[in-house]
Amino acid sequence: MKDRLTEELLAMRAAREIRPGDYCNLGVGLPQLCASYVPEGAIVQAENGTLGYGPLVGLDNVDEMDLDFIDAGGSFFTTAPGMAFFDILTSFVMIRSGRLKSFLGGLQVSEKGDLAIHSLGSADKFPQIGGSMDLAWGAKRLIVLMTHNAKDGVSKVVKELTLPISARACVDLIITDLAVIEVASDGLVLKEYAPGWTPQEVQTQTDAQLIVATDAKEIGF
Amino acid sequence: MSKICTADEALAGVHDGDVVAAHNWGISGSPGYLFRALVERGVKDLTLCIPNLIPLPEGFVERGLTDPTILLPQLKKIISPFIGARGILSSLSETFLNSLASEGRLEIETSTHGILMERLYAGATGLGGIYSPVGVDTIIAEGKEKRTIDGVDYIFEKPLRPDVGLIKADKADTLGNLVYRGSARGANPVIAMASKYTIVEVFDVVEPGELEPEMIVTPGVFVDCVVRIPDEDVYSGKRRPELMQILAAVMLARGVQVEEAVSEGGEM
Repeated sequence: MKDRLTEELLAMRAAREIRPGDYCNLGVGLPQLCASYVPEGAIVQAENGTLGYGPLVGLDNVDEMDLDFIDAGGSFFTTAPGMAFFDILTSFVMIRSGRLKSFLGGLQVSEKGDLAIHSLGSADKFPQIGGSMDLAWGAKRLIVLMTHNAKDGVSKVVKELTLPISARACVDLIITDLAVIEVASDGLVLKEYAPGWTPQEVQTQTDAQLIVATDAKEIGF
Repeated sequence: MSKICTADEALAGVHDGDVVAAHNWGISGSPGYLFRALVERGVKDLTLCIPNLIPLPEGFVERGLTDPTILLPQLKKIISPFIGARGILSSLSETFLNSLASEGRLEIETSTHGILMERLYAGATGLGGIYSPVGVDTIIAEGKEKRTIDGVDYIFEKPLRPDVGLIKADKADTLGNLVYRGSARGANPVIAMASKYTIVEVFDVVEPGELEPEMIVTPGVFVDCVVRIPDEDVYSGKRRPELMQILAAVMLARGVQVEEAVSEGGEM
């Protein structure tokens, strides 16, 4: 079995999509790991009401933990110069007015860029939508981070969604532990692939048809 | 006129069948003291409108802290975008929710965080509803009017005008002007505006003139009752350092970020 990208490497690659000057939202799950690699000059939003917070509190600085400094995923953050607090109504005005690059986890993405994120279908008894549909609909650019295949090996990059849809034609870029795939008007374009893999091998792991970019290359670190 | 009163006095205005809105996104900004008092008030058949219904992780409830799941026996309906989280809903809450839902005693209506806020805001401003582009062709759209305006698809979302708003702020003056701290602001300001009757729990009450007018986020006109959490209560401002220590202890014991809700591709 060939190696796939670790979660950290996946997050590191995804964070390259964040440029100085960007405002971005890092969803719960894999996207949260990008926080450690955000370039200077980019500002991260937490949809429960903060812009521009500092590094997360870890086990080595538990004494800096403050009950009221908490991000959307429930992690505590430290303060940073220039941070701003606001209510959730204002937060989703930021989100739906197209001012943020959104990084979301995903359960499935289709060839047309349709996203399934909020529901495993009948396995989920209670609503798990949260802010995902707002983030997917309103993003200036939507980047989905997920493992390429589910634990049982089934591809998450699919021709048509089989899980309940969260938002139609919303995804711009898919970053998995095997590939970087752009959602283009004529289909899914394989731009980069994990070290040691070939585009053909990535295709065998993928339900959707991939168009290999003429300049496709290995993901470099 | 002073709006200061006790939780009992304030909650006397809550009745069977009321729609109650409250904030929840972890402990911060969620009115735990009022949740507990509402259980004691004993009203039933409530509809709870809440951004998240997330149980506290182990280690908190044992220390007298509550989460909105304690209201479950009093509810007939929940309007919420997020209930539990894959893997973190406590087994007790899950069993209870399951049994309520399967017996048809609990109706669950879902939404999205952003659209729930817009529906409350529409209720606050007297709008008849909104056409929303979020959730078109999804579970959110089921049973709702769909309309295309200038080539864009929308679904019709009704306004929400709760009978009662239970909110939390850092500090109030006796006129009900409120200031918040950090991420505790949450949905509290919009719930205050949308509700017909708003009760706020605060750590501290000051005299008019002591809050900087420019710093006030929720003006007193949106607040009916101000309840100062008693010093001896676990939720009080005085015992806040203790609460932080509990958090730190739980975090160290678990060796992970507290309240972490990471799940397979999950998004809150």
